[in-house]
Amino acid sequence: MRATSNIIAYLQAAPLMAVLATFLIAPIFMIVIVSFWGATEFSIYPAFQFDNYAFLFGSPVTYKVFFATFKYAFITWVFTLTIGFTVAYFLAFHVRTQTMQTALFLLCTIPFLTSNIIRMISWIPFLGRNGIANQALISWGIIDEPLEWLLYSDFSVILAFVHLYTLFMVVPIFNTMMRIDRSFIEAAYDNGASGLQTLWHVIIPLTKPGIMIGTIFVVTLVMGDFITVRFMSGSQKANVGRLISNDISLLQYPSAAATAVVLLVTVLLVIGILLRFVNIRKEL
Amino acid sequence: MEKRPGSFYVLASFFGLFMLFLYGPTLTIGLLSFQGPHGGLTFPMQGMSFNWFRELFEQQAVGDIWGAFRRSLLLGFMVMIATVVVSVSAGLAFRKRFKGSGILFYVTITSLVIPSILVSLGVGLIFNQIGFKVHWATSGFGSQLTWTLPFGLLIMFAVFNRFDKSFEEAARDQGASPRQVIQHVVVPIIAPSLIGVALFGFTLSYDEFARSLLTSGSYNTLPLEIFGMTTNVTTPVIYALGTFTTLFSLIIIGVFLMTVWIMGKRRQRAGSDAGKAT
Repeated sequence: MRATSNIIAYLQAAPLMAVLATFLIAPIFMIVIVSFWGATEFSIYPAFQFDNYAFLFGSPVTYKVFFATFKYAFITWVFTLTIGFTVAYFLAFHVRTQTMQTALFLLCTIPFLTSNIIRMISWIPFLGRNGIANQALISWGIIDEPLEWLLYSDFSVILAFVHLYTLFMVVPIFNTMMRIDRSFIEAAYDNGASGLQTLWHVIIPLTKPGIMIGTIFVVTLVMGDFITVRFMSGSQKANVGRLISNDISLLQYPSAAATAVVLLVTVLLVIGILLRFVNIRKEL
Repeated sequence: MEKRPGSFYVLASFFGLFMLFLYGPTLTIGLLSFQGPHGGLTFPMQGMSFNWFRELFEQQAVGDIWGAFRRSLLLGFMVMIATVVVSVSAGLAFRKRFKGSGILFYVTITSLVIPSILVSLGVGLIFNQIGFKVHWATSGFGSQLTWTLPFGLLIMFAVFNRFDKSFEEAARDQGASPRQVIQHVVVPIIAPSLIGVALFGFTLSYDEFARSLLTSGSYNTLPLEIFGMTTNVTTPVIYALGTFTTLFSLIIIGVFLMTVWIMGKRRQRAGSDAGKAT
C-alpha cells in the first residue's frame, strides 16, 4: 500500500519534474559548463579554462556593477516594504467588509497581470523633460528649469522597480495579517497598549513570515533584472543582469555564463540567509 | 458600528495615493494614445484622434504586431493548459510526503527566484549546442513554464492546505475508486482555484519578456515586439499599442473573474443541503 501510494505520488509529480529538469536544471548545468569555455569573435569552443572568471574578478567594473545591483535591491526593498506593509495593514485591519476587502485587494493585484514593459513605458510622459512632473513643478514655481534626473537615472529605475514590485510585498503580508488571531490585538489593547505599541510588539512580529516572503520576491526580482535598468536608465546605468545581456548581444556566451554563475550563487546565498527566518510551505 | 479612528483616514488616503501611483501612468498613456496626428509623446494633447490606433491596425512599417499578437495568444493558451494540468497533478502529489518531495519543492522555488535571463541563456545554449532551432512553441514554451509553474504550485499548496479531507474519505467509504475521488470530488471542489491558476498561466505567459528573449527564435512574441518598438518608434503609436494590450489583459482578467463569480453563485444556489437541519 505504502509503495503504491509512493508510486502514484511520483507519477503525479513527474510532469513537474520533467519540465524543471529540462528547462531549469539542465540549463543551469549548461551555463556552468559553458562558463569554462572559450570564445572567439564569432563562435564559442569547448575548453576548461578559468579565463572568464579571472577576467570577471579582475575587472573593477564587476565590483561596481555588483555594488549597484545590491544598491537597487536594498533601496527598492525599503520602499516596497514600507508601502506594501502600510497598504496591507490598511486592507487587513481597517477595511471592514469582506467584499470591500476583496475588491481593493484585486485592485492591487490587477496591474501585476498586465505587461511590465508597457508599465515602464507609461512613465515616459510623466517623467520626461517636458513631462507632467516637470510641467507641474515649473507652473508651481518650484523650479525654473526642467529637472533632467527624473527620467533615465537611478531615480527612474528605482521608481519603476517600486511601481512594478510593491505588489509582491502587499500580497504575502496581507495574507499573513489575515491569519493573525484578532484576540491577540484585543488582548494588547485591553492591557493598555497604544495603537503603535500594538503594531510594533504584536502585529509586526506576527507578520514577519509574510515580510520575509515578500522580501525574497523583491530582492530576487531586482537582482535578476536587466530590462528595467536598461529601459528606465536609457542604457546609462548598469547592473549584473545588464552585464550578462551585453555579453550575450556580443555573442560572448562563455563570459556571460561566468557572470551568470556568480549572479546565481549570489542570489541563492541571499535567499539561503532569508529562508533561515521563515518556513515557506507552512505559510501558504 | 464603531466610530472610525483617525488613523483610518490617514491610511485610506495613503491607499488612494498608492492606487494613483499604480494606475496613474497607465491611464496617462491611455489618454495620450488618443493624441492628435501631430501630437508627440508628452502633453499637451494636440487635439483628439484615433490616428494612432488606425496606424496600429493598418499593416504598418513598425513590424509584425499582429503576427506577434497571434503567437502570444496561442502560446498563452498552451502555457495556461500546461500550467493547470502540471500544477494540479504536482499539487496532488505533494499532499503526501514522498522521497525527494523536499528537494522538488526547493527546485520549484529556485525556478521562481532564479534570474530570468539565466533560464533564457541556458535554454538558448542547450538548443544551440544540440543543433535544435529555438522556437517560441518549444524552447519558449518550456522556459515560460519555469515561471508559471511555481506560481501554479504555490496556489495549489494554498488550496490543499485548506482542503477538507473528510469529503474524500466520505467518497472512499462509499466505494469510489481513487480516480473517481479525484474526478468527482477533488477537482469540482478546487475548480474556482483552478481558474486562478489558469489566469496566472495565461497572463504571465502573455507578458513574459526575459525568459522568451533568447528562446523564441526568429518569430517574436508580443512583449519582444513591443520592446523592439521602444528603440525605434517615437510616435504615440506605441501608446496605442500599450493601451490595446492592457485593455486586452483587463478583458481576460474580467472574463476569468466573472467565471469564478458565476461559479460561486451557482454553487450557492445549487449547493448541497447537507448539514442543514429541516
